[in-house]
Amino acid sequence: MSEYSKLDVTQETIDAETEGMTINMGPAHPAMHGVVRLIMNLDGERIRKVDVEIGYLHRAFEKSAEQAGYLQVIPYTDRLNYVSPLINNFGYASAVEKLMGIETTERCQFIRVIMSEISRVSDHLTCVGASAMELGAFTAFLYLMKAREYLYELVEEVTGARLTISYVRIGGVKADFPEGFKGRALNAIKEVRKVLKETNQLLTRNRIFMDRLEGIGLISQEDAIAHGITGPFLRSTGCDFDLRKASPYWVYDRIDFDVPVGSRGDNYDRYLVRLEEMEQSMRIIEKAFALMKEGSIRVDAQGKEIPASLMVDEAKMGNTKGFWQFEPQVDPTLEGTAKKNQKAIYPDVEDKKEFMLPAKENTYGNIEGLMNHFKLIMIGHGTSPPKGEVYFPVEGGNGELGFYVVSDGTDRPYRVRVHPPCFPIMSALPKMLEGDMVADVIATFGSVNMIAGELDR
Amino acid sequence: MTDLIEVIQNKFPDLVESSHSQCGDQTVVLKKEGLLTVMKYVQHEPSLHFNMLMDLTAVDYWAQLRKPRFDVVYHLYSTTKNHRLRIKVQVSEKECEVDSLTSFWPSANWFEREVWDMFGVKFKGHPNMKRILMYEEFKGHPLRKDYMYNKRQPLVGPVN
Repeated sequence: MSEYSKLDVTQETIDAETEGMTINMGPAHPAMHGVVRLIMNLDGERIRKVDVEIGYLHRAFEKSAEQAGYLQVIPYTDRLNYVSPLINNFGYASAVEKLMGIETTERCQFIRVIMSEISRVSDHLTCVGASAMELGAFTAFLYLMKAREYLYELVEEVTGARLTISYVRIGGVKADFPEGFKGRALNAIKEVRKVLKETNQLLTRNRIFMDRLEGIGLISQEDAIAHGITGPFLRSTGCDFDLRKASPYWVYDRIDFDVPVGSRGDNYDRYLVRLEEMEQSMRIIEKAFALMKEGSIRVDAQGKEIPASLMVDEAKMGNTKGFWQFEPQVDPTLEGTAKKNQKAIYPDVEDKKEFMLPAKENTYGNIEGLMNHFKLIMIGHGTSPPKGEVYFPVEGGNGELGFYVVSDGTDRPYRVRVHPPCFPIMSALPKMLEGDMVADVIATFGSVNMIAGELDR
Repeated sequence: MTDLIEVIQNKFPDLVESSHSQCGDQTVVLKKEGLLTVMKYVQHEPSLHFNMLMDLTAVDYWAQLRKPRFDVVYHLYSTTKNHRLRIKVQVSEKECEVDSLTSFWPSANWFEREVWDMFGVKFKGHPNMKRILMYEEFKGHPLRKDYMYNKRQPLVGPVN
């Protein structure tokens, strides 16, 4: 009322019934990231009511996962949260490992922690950068994308891809860090810190930026919890729930870090929480590198360590001598020429079943490798976890990323359910938007960091 | 860690159907009619204080010929006590309806819409029982096991 009274209007004009205007934002709106539709009812510039419509990027992840083997679900998980695919990978693999009752090696857990934190930083960089750009701060966006590039280069170096990485294996990871990776990773962190410092100076006390964010998109802690919101979004309201602290998985309990919390739960707090979380993630990476020891990176389906030397794909490193001129020979006894060698490698495992595909040279070079590969890939022959159900949550970029896997004892999951962290946040979006101005939609929606890949699955 | 299964079993001996704690996940299977009573209790009882409905989904056991056909699965979490509980309710195909939890936790709203969309399980008392991921004109419920995964449907626009 106070704003209206400044204008020169009569009481009748104030009391007059106003007709709301319905305005449609998205799905083809640049700030809606192309995949979500908001149907807003406006009173002037104020938002009365919002309907959120999702599902534009539904790709039937859960249905597809039921058709594939446990191993073949991994590429699908890359496409869930496509800004931090490594975390999805590790979350799924850990769920299946919990179902099988095995635990991966210590070095592998450190690798998972380091790669997860690299992904978390790139996730937050994207969120802060994109939402700053949508508010007009284009320079900050370019700076942050530059920083993200350093991290993507690290990811590329380790996994061989930037986005569709499929780096995890059940019971381990695909490959160890390349030589000299530690130094390059620490260098990259230094560069990212430099960029963050610059961005911090550009944005954090910037008058325009603060005015757009402070006090906008408010949500109380009780509401956030009741809506099932987790992650940096919940922490900005003052609740310090972080899965890495609350129920430490992998080796997070051995690494010292802080969980930043906000106090008001507005867009500015969410920005600050994300900024601080990046710093903490980089701290974790440095600590993890310091604590990490040499060792094996995989276990087999029985939980036994597989020595690293066994899984080296020599051909991939260019050591093709003696391999590309390899001539397959048929043994007169039809037993296979390499069988006795195979026996020497695995003396006490009779039916050696694991989730790890054999190295390519084995698949193409000898019959045992080919059969091993065949057995893993063909329906009905792969490794089967025991009957049961399991829920394994990890701390994703946006909050709790949970995998609920139901097994019926066959080699294909009976049901894979993903708990996507931005699904509850999107369901609470009307609560945050209603009462704000229409221009604030961009700021609030940007701070949600909605990733349609995991929202719609 | 408190034994949550025991707490609920002692409090509601005739509402609990079975329970297990596979892989360390404490699970209680409830009778359908007892869902609201137990949920109200676990939400408000100070020693349990499950203030977060983390996840809500369903599993179709049609392929295993199990009757009743569906499981509706609730994952609860307490931010103050830091413990988790999984509650399951079995739903038959004939009476494909469960009580809605939207009045207890607002997060149930969208999760229940998704379960209706994907499995065709209805929620009694839900304010807006509409499809969420699929479009309104879509026929069938895609995550049911008898919906073939390679079945195709033309994408039709809105009727009006």
